[in-house]
Amino acid sequence: MSILHTVNKSPFEKSTFRSCLDHAKSGDAVLLIEDGVYAATKGTAAAKLIAARNGDLALYALAADLAARGISETSVIEGVSVVDYGGFVDLVAGHDVSQAWL
Amino acid sequence: MNTQEDSSGANGQKRFLYVNRRAPYGTIYALAFDQDVSLAFLDDGVYQIVKGQDTEGIGMKNFSPTYRALGDFEVTKLFVERESLEERGLSSDDLLDITYEDEDDDWAEKPSIRIVSRSQMTEVMAAQDVILSF
Repeated sequence: MSILHTVNKSPFEKSTFRSCLDHAKSGDAVLLIEDGVYAATKGTAAAKLIAARNGDLALYALAADLAARGISETSVIEGVSVVDYGGFVDLVAGHDVSQAWL
Repeated sequence: MNTQEDSSGANGQKRFLYVNRRAPYGTIYALAFDQDVSLAFLDDGVYQIVKGQDTEGIGMKNFSPTYRALGDFEVTKLFVERESLEERGLSSDDLLDITYEDEDDDWAEKPSIRIVSRSQMTEVMAAQDVILSF
């Protein structure tokens, strides 16, 4: 059973992103939305946390939330897949359970 | 940089500092004019003035262009904390081009954004009469 985790808070303001990674099992997916997309940017402490997982999680970030915050594709960490709202729906449908880290 | 170069007190003005510590799209602003107003951007507040924001996809108004109008209201001091930028993988190149026309210098166009260190930001705060946080 794999879980889709969603994180919607800035990793600098809340500990939810860290807590999510600490509880996500290998093979789970993590979708970053709203202010959560800041965790997908290069050169941050959040990027180091992601790198430490050595690719055992599937990471996604929502395109519209990246664009709204001026985060270009070149600023997004390699290994994070950018998805649109349709992709969000597919991820929810493709996992047994969704867990929203609020 | 001397963060207190603009002396206050003239015309009974008070020094107002608006402290921005939150990312955009969750905050509403109000400014008091005819005062010596500065803005401080630290922590996630630096995200407020990142350029290239396109909010069409999330159906919210893009407020970032509003910052470029501040110069017309004599709000010409936007202090941005260097450490907050660096922690977020950002540099001054990632910020909006915000300028004002200096009436004391033949209306020369000058940058409003002043990158300051964390210790300089402390001095900016210490120099204020009123501090409002968002």
